[in-house]
Amino acid sequence: MSTIEIEGLTKSYRVYQKKEGLRASLSGLFHREYRTVQAVRAIDLRVEQGEFVAFLGPNGAGKTTTLKLLSGVITPTSGTARVLGHVPWKRENEYRRRFALVMGQKNQLWWDLPAQESFRLHQQIYRIPPASFDACRDELVELLNVRKLLAQPVRELSLGERMKMELIAALLHSPEVLFLDEPTIGLDVVAQHNIQTFLRHYQQARRITILLTSHYMKDVAALCRRVVVIAHGRIMYDGSLDGIIDRFSGHKLITLELSPEVTTVPDLSRFGQVVEAQLPKVKLRMNRGEVPERLAALLAAVPIADLSVEDPPLEEVIAELFSQVDDETDDDAETAGTSPSGAR
Amino acid sequence: MLAQVTTWWTILRICLEERLVYRGDFALGTLMRFLPIVTQVFLWAAVFEAARTTTIAGYSEPQMIAYYLLTMVSRAFSSMPSLAGGIARQIRSGELKKFLIQPIDMLGFLLLSRIAHKLVYYVVAAGPFALVFYIARGYFNGWPDATTLAAFALSLVLSFLLGFFLEATIGMLGFWFLEVSSLLFVYMLFSFFFSGHMFPIDILPGIWRTLVQVLPLQYLTYFPAAVFLGKIQGPELAWGLATQAGWVVAFIIASRVTFLAGVRRYSAYGG
Repeated sequence: MSTIEIEGLTKSYRVYQKKEGLRASLSGLFHREYRTVQAVRAIDLRVEQGEFVAFLGPNGAGKTTTLKLLSGVITPTSGTARVLGHVPWKRENEYRRRFALVMGQKNQLWWDLPAQESFRLHQQIYRIPPASFDACRDELVELLNVRKLLAQPVRELSLGERMKMELIAALLHSPEVLFLDEPTIGLDVVAQHNIQTFLRHYQQARRITILLTSHYMKDVAALCRRVVVIAHGRIMYDGSLDGIIDRFSGHKLITLELSPEVTTVPDLSRFGQVVEAQLPKVKLRMNRGEVPERLAALLAAVPIADLSVEDPPLEEVIAELFSQVDDETDDDAETAGTSPSGAR
Repeated sequence: MLAQVTTWWTILRICLEERLVYRGDFALGTLMRFLPIVTQVFLWAAVFEAARTTTIAGYSEPQMIAYYLLTMVSRAFSSMPSLAGGIARQIRSGELKKFLIQPIDMLGFLLLSRIAHKLVYYVVAAGPFALVFYIARGYFNGWPDATTLAAFALSLVLSFLLGFFLEATIGMLGFWFLEVSSLLFVYMLFSFFFSGHMFPIDILPGIWRTLVQVLPLQYLTYFPAAVFLGKIQGPELAWGLATQAGWVVAFIIASRVTFLAGVRRYSAYGG
């Protein structure tokens, strides 16, 4: 049995359509128009124990909705899901003690009290035995280096410090499955790096199953071997991060350093698309399949001091992929639109 | 069982700590509650003088003031500042999610935090209350007998529970309306007149009297005060306490049903 098994999972919302202006607001009192938004469309997915999977996708793609379905906050329109053998939206306490959800923009700590009080509360809510609570808390506190901050009211902590505390609160009961929704949103580079390092270390040590959504490609690249790309509620890709480039990028970037004797930029357009030309460096874009043959011709034609062949940056490929998806699904935009999942 | 008690105790303790963070605001708010008492004393003195009578609907002037002082005690138990509004806000902001994700019951949690809220209030308010009652002791005919005092204490506890579950039920309507403040305003208005906060409800005539008798609101304010004053005794007292307890049970059920239906709706539409 897989840790997470999803079959045909579908979630559609009915959202109120308000037209602009006061007149529309008034008529909205009597007659309301609704529109159906398909946030998640018949998703199939299996995640094995110990996997660290990233959900990538543009805003409103259905990532957060999927996490909400798996944590039992919402019930699906159709389809099934089992996490650790439980149906999440039945909200059995037995299931709720075995997973955790951390949302980057939501706070589950008590604002006016020091974080250690919230931890104490979690100990009780999750019925954590005192000895394992102390051990678990101390370990997490050491790993995230927040011992000095435990006695400070949460409202006086920085965003990054707060996120660390949120993670500790979520992990105190040693969940077997962890859902992370944008855990590094709004954090500076150092704080992001700290959180990444911690998550990687913790996941490797405990072999827990983690699903993560993030906008930061660095999070994904640092943490996840497996990436699931979701757009318009559908899974567009499921595989390794590098695989995205192979699959969705049809070209490679060639950077040439021309020999010093070349003083004017030669016409290289027959070898590929010139992206940048600043002597002695020239950047070319070539179709993947034609690289060997064209490169050979290029080397024969132009004196070259150095050369490198690279994949285009991941961000670029992903952006390209998302825009392709947008074009393909424009015709059914009526039902796709934006998901309201970000609203709350 | 023991684990359950420890959980409750921890929640209670943490809620107490949280209440104590705002001790300045809390102390001031508590003291300000005693201001209306002064205006009420003057108001009723003026009413009695203008009416040129010694009793209004069976209440003499000292009795009226004694009644009013006692409603302050019952309201200290039954009023639930920002409970319904707070629930609606949690629904709107999505804070409610934590009660769906974590193995904890929302109503139970709110009840404990309200008990903590009240306990802190009583500690802060005990001194001022004692002082006011000492100054105003002339309006009372000494202490009532032990049975009456016990019934009074029981009716206060029940009025706390009734106030809590009634307002919690109103708060749950936030699942359907998102904003419950106007609804709450209407409720407050009704409650002000029909709970006995404004005047003793037994001075109401005919149909109004009947209306008030069938509503649960009188058990929030009027009933405990009337019990203390010895206006309700014997079988009538037993029946009154039983009815009050009946309303508590009814609203425990109502708040639970609206909560479950609300969560079902919430998870179907929004989340």
